[in-house]
Amino acid sequence: MTSFTRRIALTAVAAAAFASLPALAAEQVNLGVSIPAATHSFMGGINYWANQAKKDLEKEHKDLKITIKTAANAPEQANQLQDLSTVTKINALVVFPFESAALTKPVAQVKAKGAYVTVVDRGLTDTSAQDAYVAGDNTAFGRIPAEYIAKQLGGKGNVVALRGIATTLDNERMDAFNAVLKNHPDIKLLDAKYANWNRDDAFKVTQDYLTRFKQIDAIWAADDDMAVGVLKAIEQAKRDDIKIIFGGAGAKGMVKTVMDGKDKRIGADVSYSPKFIYDAIKLTAEARLKGEKLPATTIIPSVLITKENAKDFYHPNSPF
Amino acid sequence: MPPEQQTPTPQPDAAPHRSESKPRWTEHLHGLGPVIGLVLLCIAGTLLNSDFATVDNAMNVLTRTAFIGIIAVGMCFVIISGGIDLSVGSMAALIAGSVIMFINWAGPASGSPLMAVVMGAVLAVVLGALFGLAHGLLITKGRIEPFIVTLGTLGIFRAYLTYFADGGALTLDNDLSDLYAPVYYASLAGIPVPVWVFVVVAIIGGVILNRTAYGRYVQAIGSNEQVARYAAVDVDRVKILTYVLLGVCVGIATLLYVPRLGSASPTTGLLWELEAIAAVIVGGTALKGGAGSITGTVVGAILLSVISNILNLTSIISVYLNAAVQGFVIIIVAFLQRGRR
Repeated sequence: MTSFTRRIALTAVAAAAFASLPALAAEQVNLGVSIPAATHSFMGGINYWANQAKKDLEKEHKDLKITIKTAANAPEQANQLQDLSTVTKINALVVFPFESAALTKPVAQVKAKGAYVTVVDRGLTDTSAQDAYVAGDNTAFGRIPAEYIAKQLGGKGNVVALRGIATTLDNERMDAFNAVLKNHPDIKLLDAKYANWNRDDAFKVTQDYLTRFKQIDAIWAADDDMAVGVLKAIEQAKRDDIKIIFGGAGAKGMVKTVMDGKDKRIGADVSYSPKFIYDAIKLTAEARLKGEKLPATTIIPSVLITKENAKDFYHPNSPF
Repeated sequence: MPPEQQTPTPQPDAAPHRSESKPRWTEHLHGLGPVIGLVLLCIAGTLLNSDFATVDNAMNVLTRTAFIGIIAVGMCFVIISGGIDLSVGSMAALIAGSVIMFINWAGPASGSPLMAVVMGAVLAVVLGALFGLAHGLLITKGRIEPFIVTLGTLGIFRAYLTYFADGGALTLDNDLSDLYAPVYYASLAGIPVPVWVFVVVAIIGGVILNRTAYGRYVQAIGSNEQVARYAAVDVDRVKILTYVLLGVCVGIATLLYVPRLGSASPTTGLLWELEAIAAVIVGGTALKGGAGSITGTVVGAILLSVISNILNLTSIISVYLNAAVQGFVIIIVAFLQRGRR
């Protein structure tokens, strides 16, 4: 323990000495990245793109050092933020918070120590704790499928929806979906149940939908992972009334299905690529290397993926 | 159904809560709580939605239950012997991932897809037995609390799956998947294969628990380990075997699970351990060990699936309250069948 405290003291002295040096011409950027661990495919994608960004950017800029930390839950992420700040001594941070409220203070503390903070995807409850915000487009994520389904069904039919986990992000998507359906009084949303962004749960929920509703025209699976479970349940029940299955997020398997036109029920998808973490890291690193700032908010748009543009969204090497 | 549970067990001198002279009808009553609960739920389900009482829906629910049910049968032995296993969900996920990787490799390599699938299914059971053996040895020979050992492996198993899958999903190749699919989707005499397997596993479990010396040793160790030791029961061996049995059950559940979606991801089998433990406890087995019932466990597992099925078939209750409904039902059923303390 004593040697440990001594080491900390030494580091502190060294840091003080380093800090008193005149600023170098090219700014050294020590960038920390804090993301959730790969607990499901989408987060697997986030991890893949974060590591990809580290590889590409460190090769490109020798004044840049990137440290990636992954956490299994909010408290662990808060601890890692402290470590990044006090041990790794980062001067820039890209953080994908587990939860908005729980991580607001820990992020604010990193910023108070002088690091430049970019928050990704889930906004903090107090925006003064961040310098910049980069996010996927949850409103479009719900709006685009609703518009697509309404158009394909000619404004008339029965729809069921699956939801993820009860979060603000999920509510945003569902609200956007409902807002579009309001304009189409002949499209009935029969029910929307939670399936936790999980294939198994999606399989069960869909089985029960199929038992309960004799005529379903479209299913909004709201996630490409869940769409896998939906497809299996339909196949098992041998139902052919479902004309449209719409996933979401642009997983590689689903994008390939759209690209090849393999399944006529899956004509489109909506992008919400984990690649936005790559963009966020790149934008932050390059701006800081030049000593510049990012705009307060950058939205990475969610767009409709169809056969025509699917190849731009196909990343065969990503786990997602 | 398994043989009638709760036959009075001749025990080494210090018999547990029961003795030979107990009238049989109280024994019957004791196991009725979950059955009453299940019947009431089914009546409620039918009133709420007439589709609930269809054969198709019943088969859907039973097939779903098969995974948790099979695992719960194994868990029943572990809990009766006074142990616990928190790792079964992660173990199922890792076995599923390993089997998928193996079949994908062995299919082209051996030139016989069918052989690859059969070997994969065998591998699932072997892996389960090995993991169970590791648990058993760490707990008995290593003298570490089962709660701690399996809490450790819960993390280890899932992390390795995530590592093998690169955080994404491991998926069976298409033609192999088609070959394997009947194991989950096919029916014999109108009853899906997983349900048959579930019934067979439950019957074997019931026979082992109630009709063999080994079953009596498991109960004796759970009610008083010291006394069992004095009565020359090989406690370590019996305990190790309970974990191996559970591992085999997890292996069987997994070989039925893999063909369902043909993929394993880091969310596979999440919280199965709690569902399996809940099924055992709702079914009337004491968490502190000593006595339990396979029939109760089977009913408990079905009961838990039926709750979520009913919730999916109706929309009168806010989706936010689903977990609360399950919680209430579990507590009410446990209350109905509380034993003498």
